[in-house]
Amino acid sequence: MVVGVATTGGTSIAPVAQRRSRTGYFLLLPGMAWLGIFFAIPFVTLFMTSLQAPVEGSPGQYVPALQISNYASAIAEYWPQFLRSFLYAGIATLLALLIAYPLAYFIALKSGRWRSLMLVLVIAPSFASFLLRTYAWKTILADESPITTFLNALHLLPDGRILNTSIAVIAGLTYNFLPFMVLPLYAALERLDPRLIEASNDLYANPITTFRKVTWPLSLPGVVAGTLLTFIPAAGDYINAELLGSTQDRMIGNVIQTNFIEFRDYPIASALSFMLMATILVLVFTYIRRAGTEDLV
Amino acid sequence: MISNRPEMVAAIAGTMRSTVSRRRLLQAAGIGGAAMAVAACGGTGGDTAGSGSESAAPVAASAEDLSDTEKTLIWSNWIGYVDINDETGERPSLDRFMADTGITVTYNEDINDNSEFFAKVRTQLEQGQEIGRDIVTLTDWMAGLWIQSGFVQKLDKANIPNFSNMIASYLDVGFDPGREYSMPWQSGFGALGWNKSALKDALGTDTLVSLDQLFDPALKGKISVLSEMRDTMGIMLAWLGFDPTNFTDDQFGQAIEALTQQVDNGQIRQVAGNEYVAAMESGDVTAVIGWSGDMFQLGDAFGVALPESGGTLWTDNMMIPALASHKKNAEAIMNYYYDPAVAAEVAAYVQYVSPIKGAKEAMAKIDPALVDNPWIFPDDAILGNSYVFMSLTPEQDATYQRAFQKAIGN
Repeated sequence: MVVGVATTGGTSIAPVAQRRSRTGYFLLLPGMAWLGIFFAIPFVTLFMTSLQAPVEGSPGQYVPALQISNYASAIAEYWPQFLRSFLYAGIATLLALLIAYPLAYFIALKSGRWRSLMLVLVIAPSFASFLLRTYAWKTILADESPITTFLNALHLLPDGRILNTSIAVIAGLTYNFLPFMVLPLYAALERLDPRLIEASNDLYANPITTFRKVTWPLSLPGVVAGTLLTFIPAAGDYINAELLGSTQDRMIGNVIQTNFIEFRDYPIASALSFMLMATILVLVFTYIRRAGTEDLV
Repeated sequence: MISNRPEMVAAIAGTMRSTVSRRRLLQAAGIGGAAMAVAACGGTGGDTAGSGSESAAPVAASAEDLSDTEKTLIWSNWIGYVDINDETGERPSLDRFMADTGITVTYNEDINDNSEFFAKVRTQLEQGQEIGRDIVTLTDWMAGLWIQSGFVQKLDKANIPNFSNMIASYLDVGFDPGREYSMPWQSGFGALGWNKSALKDALGTDTLVSLDQLFDPALKGKISVLSEMRDTMGIMLAWLGFDPTNFTDDQFGQAIEALTQQVDNGQIRQVAGNEYVAAMESGDVTAVIGWSGDMFQLGDAFGVALPESGGTLWTDNMMIPALASHKKNAEAIMNYYYDPAVAAEVAAYVQYVSPIKGAKEAMAKIDPALVDNPWIFPDDAILGNSYVFMSLTPEQDATYQRAFQKAIGN
């Protein structure tokens, strides 16, 4: 969003604009080189790898080919993990939104002088390694932990445990990506003009209507950005499934890892990665279109 | 995001106080490796995959040996696999080697999983580049793969007089007849392990002797089995009455079916394998198919036994990778650790099986209580009930790995 604003400024005076635009291209070079080397080239290699064919008689060896059937066999074998990834990521995103919205609202509009501190607190967990934070959840959700014991006393857990179930994986995903939801929401809500809410009240809208007609629509860019920033990494994540899940909770990242390391089946691993990317891309475009905020994201 | 760096492991080790056992931290780094692999998958996957040009008769490349001028050595080993002074964090035997020879050893505990380690260095090995290590320590089947592929250098036994201390049964292994390329570091068992009091609560006994007990519904959701295919499947095969040293595809299929059943009905809670030690300590897991030494390092509240139907026996082997430039230094340290007194010192700490003649006698001076420990100095009873997993062709390995990974949800 910010980038969009920064690059569209200043085209009023012709000669200056001329010079400025050339400078602009020049300044783009490092970024483009970065993208080219670390995204475009690997992207093409990844795609080519995904079409390679195995060498008969020597496992782990592949030759360039146009084996489109890799995609079919990857889907046939791993569609459950695919669906599960999007399901878990979807639920985690929704939960993160439900948790983050009130939090961001409070920080943006009600926290007063505590605002900076609260923002730091939101980001603070990210100072610790992602892996360590997920490990901590193993302890938090352990069978003998207070949370599990309490929920078990209420007979709320079908398996009698949280760790190594889908609940734990979704909880871990929600927790780990929560800051990515809070921050864009905060940025959107912070810019909300309080006078609009006052106006809405003056016009006899009740708080719910005010939220529905004023706050929510104005925060939509934040909602869209936040959900994307949460959903995309969550769908590709495998650490939460690995550490907190059971064998029934494997996500697409886990099978990519297995194909890459255990099977040394690079074409299938690449095909899976490629499909993950493509699916996310399609989902994102559909989503942005439906949210009607192309110009904002 | 996270790569498999020693400092990563060290960071995690720092957060997990108490005793650190060999495979305790593996999962952490294992995941790191996975991240690396996925990153590579998005990055250079095409290069690695396309570079397959192994010739039929690989020759291990050697580099100029800089040992005489550079008194250094880089050794990759598993975590908690050498004696450590728990108070100071020093490694006594290693420090003494450095003091005696003047060779500075960089001891990296960066092997956490055979496949993962191989994935990390494979590209360099195949493209004939050196991997920055003078010794690697890999399990039999992976060691065999390296030797077959020409990724390791032949040992110069003139530099290793203590080679003769190797217990005879280690000498003629299928993957390296006469031990031209490898020397065993430690061996161990795939066995049953359990939390005594939790087992008593569930089954009314504090000893576990069979897989029938392990798969008792009273232990539902409290079982972990190893993600190392050979250990788990070896034990499953033996349970079904098959011979893990010599079985058919059909028998393997039946064992996979038996495993799948226990996974699907929720009996087996996790197959993350390496994590089981922490899970046993936290009480999340009551009984496991695990590794013998780990259970001893856990302490008296935990039991260990080979299943009646049989356990697995494996060995990790020291080898010198192709192009390693400190070969003579590497041979010097191999020689040093084949001194019975030093071997006993290591075994007393790690509690795995020592492959060195005379270590038992030397142990009497270090810790007499361990002399008769059959898990360090195995007797006939224990050896007779443990199996070395059948050696597999690359095709078989690929097929079996797939079946196994599918059974455990991948």
